[in-house]
Amino acid sequence: MSTTAVTRTTSYSLGYRVRKGVRLAVTYLVMILLAAFFLFPIVFMLVASLKANESQIIRDMSKLTAFIPYGELGLRNYRDVFAQMPFARFMFNSVFVVGSTVVGGLIVNSMIAYALARLRFRGRQLILTLIIALIIIPFEAVAVPLLLMVNRFGWLDSYHVQIIPFIADPFSIFLFYQFFVGLPRDLDEAALVDGASLFRIYWNIILPLSRPVFATVAILQFLANWGKFLWPLMVTRGFEYRPLPVAIQQFFSQDPKVWGDIFAFASMITVPVLIVFLLFQKWFVQSVATSGIKG
Amino acid sequence: MATQTATMPVVKKGLIGQRRNEVLMAWLFSAPALILLIVFLLIPFLMAFGLAFTDQRLIPNPNLPTQFVELRNFARLFRDATFHRALFNNFLFALVVVPLQTSFALLLAILVNQKLRFTNVFRTVYFSPVVTTMVVVAIIWTFLYNPGEGLINAFIQAISFGRLGPYDWLTNTRLAFPAIMLLSIWQGVGFQMVIYLAGLQDIPGELYEAAQVDGANRWQQFWNITLPQLRNTTIFVVIATTILAFKLFDQVWVMTRGGPQEATMTTMILVYKEGFKQGRVGYASAIAVLFFLIVLGVSLVQRVFLREERAVR
Repeated sequence: MSTTAVTRTTSYSLGYRVRKGVRLAVTYLVMILLAAFFLFPIVFMLVASLKANESQIIRDMSKLTAFIPYGELGLRNYRDVFAQMPFARFMFNSVFVVGSTVVGGLIVNSMIAYALARLRFRGRQLILTLIIALIIIPFEAVAVPLLLMVNRFGWLDSYHVQIIPFIADPFSIFLFYQFFVGLPRDLDEAALVDGASLFRIYWNIILPLSRPVFATVAILQFLANWGKFLWPLMVTRGFEYRPLPVAIQQFFSQDPKVWGDIFAFASMITVPVLIVFLLFQKWFVQSVATSGIKG
Repeated sequence: MATQTATMPVVKKGLIGQRRNEVLMAWLFSAPALILLIVFLLIPFLMAFGLAFTDQRLIPNPNLPTQFVELRNFARLFRDATFHRALFNNFLFALVVVPLQTSFALLLAILVNQKLRFTNVFRTVYFSPVVTTMVVVAIIWTFLYNPGEGLINAFIQAISFGRLGPYDWLTNTRLAFPAIMLLSIWQGVGFQMVIYLAGLQDIPGELYEAAQVDGANRWQQFWNITLPQLRNTTIFVVIATTILAFKLFDQVWVMTRGGPQEATMTTMILVYKEGFKQGRVGYASAIAVLFFLIVLGVSLVQRVFLREERAVR
């Protein structure tokens, strides 16, 4: 083994090693330039949010100094945001709406998927076909009739109008179903013989084995719901139930624009999610990868 | 032996009871999701088809009851220049963004899939725009696209030695839509990169080893192994990105609201303006129905087209 390795390295010509080195350097250069492309707007936002002097932000906006935190720095813009609007309320609204949708969705979608994957009953095949067909209906195609409907229900301007219609999700059911079908059947049968109820089997046997798919669905649903804009734009009026994306858009569309405050607001929306993403990035990447499997 | 025969009948009786119990439990487990899906997805979906043939308004006028108007909404759609513009823009967006974003995603995936140091750091960086809310992205880029002194103008002036620009990106009818395309790719490409990355990791290493033995260079390996092996992934990415192109709303609403002069008008902007702002639910439903049929058609055509190509190979 070692002798072949030695002969190999010595047989490599200098030219080959130079070419290899150049190729490596070019690869890293390309990757670094791309990293700059993906990071510059985020860095720009964070740096501008810390510049307390609005005219400095305007002065710096076309220069590299836009990316350098210097001059009059501080959290003044952040304090301004809290002083001008109920930011904590917006944050709570978003966290509450998205949290309820995701948690409710995990329960409801995994339950039906468990029934479809592991219980025998008439109508099972029909329901499964229906759910797979429903995956193709985009929310955008039903938004207006749904608006008419929730308006009749008197649901406008509330939390539940942002939560209840989005709990059941055909694609989440499909992901759960695929996972549950793959679990060995002996598990349920052994438990049945031991006299465990079906609910206990779901709760004590299936759920603990299914953490990966729960994490996947939770992350995909979080990503889909956190940035949701069109629906809350239509169904929320006052600040009481308004989530972050609508709140910042309305703040942004007021003139005159105070960019320092806008960037502070934007940073407070972005940074918590970025931190969660960095902590759980392995899970994020796996979840997104799973979403592509159906093709 | 004796105990076993004694317990057998008990187990059997238990199983019949369990069978009935199983059906009951199955329906109990299915009911919540099923009811929610029927009420909030299936019924509104069917309603859209019904409402498209009426003059339903969001806030009903008691003096003007809703009427069946036959195909009037659709007839109006065919004459509505704004709708034509919206549809044209969605197709244009798909035509430009889908190939660009898909190949860019593949390039990124190949870059970070190399066995090199720090590739996981780069992967994280490339993915980070995906977790940034689109409304926030649109706001930041509005500032970057600032017509006079914006960073993008400064960059273009710098690399062209002052020959190009400055441009009035978002207020120029020719530039506004491409500007929105660029930030959409910036925000979305990381998602597709990760899907491609999973596809790349599924390709058996032996294929490349065999190709290397045969003396195939990197390009040949890419064209003859990587691309064909990624066919399924590509089908998925292309369909998903095309459908996203037709849903285009958030960034447009924040940046231009469909302007200037309808240069960035999209189907969903029109649905929002007609259905919500004007309260013309019937007309907006007609647009939504066409929107759905187009999305359905595009994904069916793409599926057939890409599958056939695979069969030919």
